[in-house]
Amino acid sequence: MNALELIGVTKEHPGSPPVTALSSVSVTIRTGEFAAVVGPSGSGKSTLLAIAGTLERPTAGRVLVAGLAVDGQPDHTLSAVRARRIGFVFQQFFLIPSLSALDNVATGLLYRGVPARQRRRAAAAALAEVGLADRAGHRPAELSGGECQRVAIARALAGQPALILADEPTGSLDSATSAGVVALLAELNRRGATILVVTHNPEVAEVCGRVIKLRDGRVEHDSEAR
Amino acid sequence: MTRSASWMTSRLRAADVWTLAVLGLVSRPARTALSALGVALGIATMVAVLGISSSSRAQLVAQIDALGTNLLTVAPGRSFGGQDVTLPPAAPAMVARIGPVLGASAVGDVNASVYRNNRIPTANTSAITVYSAGTGLLRTLQGQLARGTFLDAATARYPAVVLGRDAAAALGIDRAGSLVWLGNRWFSVIGIMRQLPLAPELDRTALIGYPVAERLLHATAAPVEIYVRTDPGSVAAVAAVLPATADPAAPQNVSVADPIDALTARADATAAFGGLFLALGAVALLVGGIGIANVMVIAVLERRGEIGLRRALGARRRHVAVQFAAEATVLAGAGGAAGAILGGFATTSYATARHWDTVVPVPVLLGAVGIALLTGAVAGLYPAWRAARLLPAEALRLG
Repeated sequence: MNALELIGVTKEHPGSPPVTALSSVSVTIRTGEFAAVVGPSGSGKSTLLAIAGTLERPTAGRVLVAGLAVDGQPDHTLSAVRARRIGFVFQQFFLIPSLSALDNVATGLLYRGVPARQRRRAAAAALAEVGLADRAGHRPAELSGGECQRVAIARALAGQPALILADEPTGSLDSATSAGVVALLAELNRRGATILVVTHNPEVAEVCGRVIKLRDGRVEHDSEAR
Repeated sequence: MTRSASWMTSRLRAADVWTLAVLGLVSRPARTALSALGVALGIATMVAVLGISSSSRAQLVAQIDALGTNLLTVAPGRSFGGQDVTLPPAAPAMVARIGPVLGASAVGDVNASVYRNNRIPTANTSAITVYSAGTGLLRTLQGQLARGTFLDAATARYPAVVLGRDAAAALGIDRAGSLVWLGNRWFSVIGIMRQLPLAPELDRTALIGYPVAERLLHATAAPVEIYVRTDPGSVAAVAAVLPATADPAAPQNVSVADPIDALTARADATAAFGGLFLALGAVALLVGGIGIANVMVIAVLERRGEIGLRRALGARRRHVAVQFAAEATVLAGAGGAAGAILGGFATTSYATARHWDTVVPVPVLLGAVGIALLTGAVAGLYPAWRAARLLPAEALRLG
């Protein structure tokens, strides 16, 4: 099964003249893949990730997440797709400062309607998976940048989504720390997670099985398609 | 299809909504406290106003019970032509003969003024009225003396005077035995009355015996007011026959009143005054509600990142809206609870200072917290709508 299919996806931002962020992009990510989207600023990487994550709607084209066509679906269906099929990792972590690491991870399951105890149990397992079991009670302010990003990865992981989307996951980290995060993503992929990462970081691209290069909203090069 | 329906929804449990709301508030304690303050003050004002008026009413009821509800007053009314009329001199005696009447006592006009001494200019009357009074007046009114004794058969014949509370204060007299200048001669003060709740019009009078008023000051025997104490079960029946008994020739000129009515009317007037403060409390509550709306709108701007994250984690627009609305509601509810406690405390302090029993009706407390919650829910509507309207990708980019 394919974790993600983008078929002829175009995104135009209205204005005069309208700005074309993506034009006719077709990408398929198979389950179990670890793929990187690279390209210069403004090439449409982030837009591609937002459309893949159902955070934005394409102007034209089809989007399938884990086999489900999401284009044209109402907002509440898209919310459900995000709650149940997609895990997000962001450059800025977006951890909630007043919550412990464990509760931040548990928030990843909040909108599935799972009872709190069950959320915590899954969160503890996810924290262990990213090697932060001993940091469960710490708040984000008490954690290093790398640890914060690991907590955020655990949050994306907790619901065992069909697809993990990471937007510049090492963008806020120094090189030593980012190497650790990259190694973690690679390890999670080896254990079965499907990961699509948008990055500027050549280290990330190196460990990925597949690199998709964007330029001016088009796929310039796809190592898979070669 | 049913499987896909349960699989393809995002849900937020009700219990989690309240946890989120409390969490959002306790993570910013100073802001929470300050924005709840407006609602707290509004609610405190309302609870205190209602509590104090309840306590005061309870006090009044107790007072009326103690004084008895069986007092009537008879006074000359006005004739059909609008002229002042007088009651027949025999009226008090005739009224006293009505079966269920336990006692009747009158006061009559005396054309004289009273002064501290004979050097005071005659125009400085201190607005004190001089009346002749029956010896049973104090007993009929269930009044009490602060000093000395009341008029009796003996002292009523001599230049002796009993002062009302306010009259004594105006003359600067605080003990029996002093002399006052009354009708161009010295009168001896033999008693000072306490406040008369059932006859406040007598608080600023100087009472002398009828025999001495007639002999030395040429007063007529026409009563200005007759106080009638009846059997408690026959108040209405006695009131019905009083006009014809007091003035058989012109019963239409007799006015009968129930002083308890006047007391109750005064209490209602106080309650109306309380209404003003109640409105003030409502305004404070409104301002508090607007404050909460304001703070929540700012919170929505500050927490765009969090809103974007929650949308990315699968929150629907509705879930985001409910979170912010619940925060506003909990905020106002906390303010309301604090205000109710504050208002209860204010009521207790006020009532204790006045030696009243504290009465804070439980429905008032519950209603106050309910109004606060409602205020918060309404105040949260606009910020909640703003939060729900944010586009997820934009919220993440700007947050």
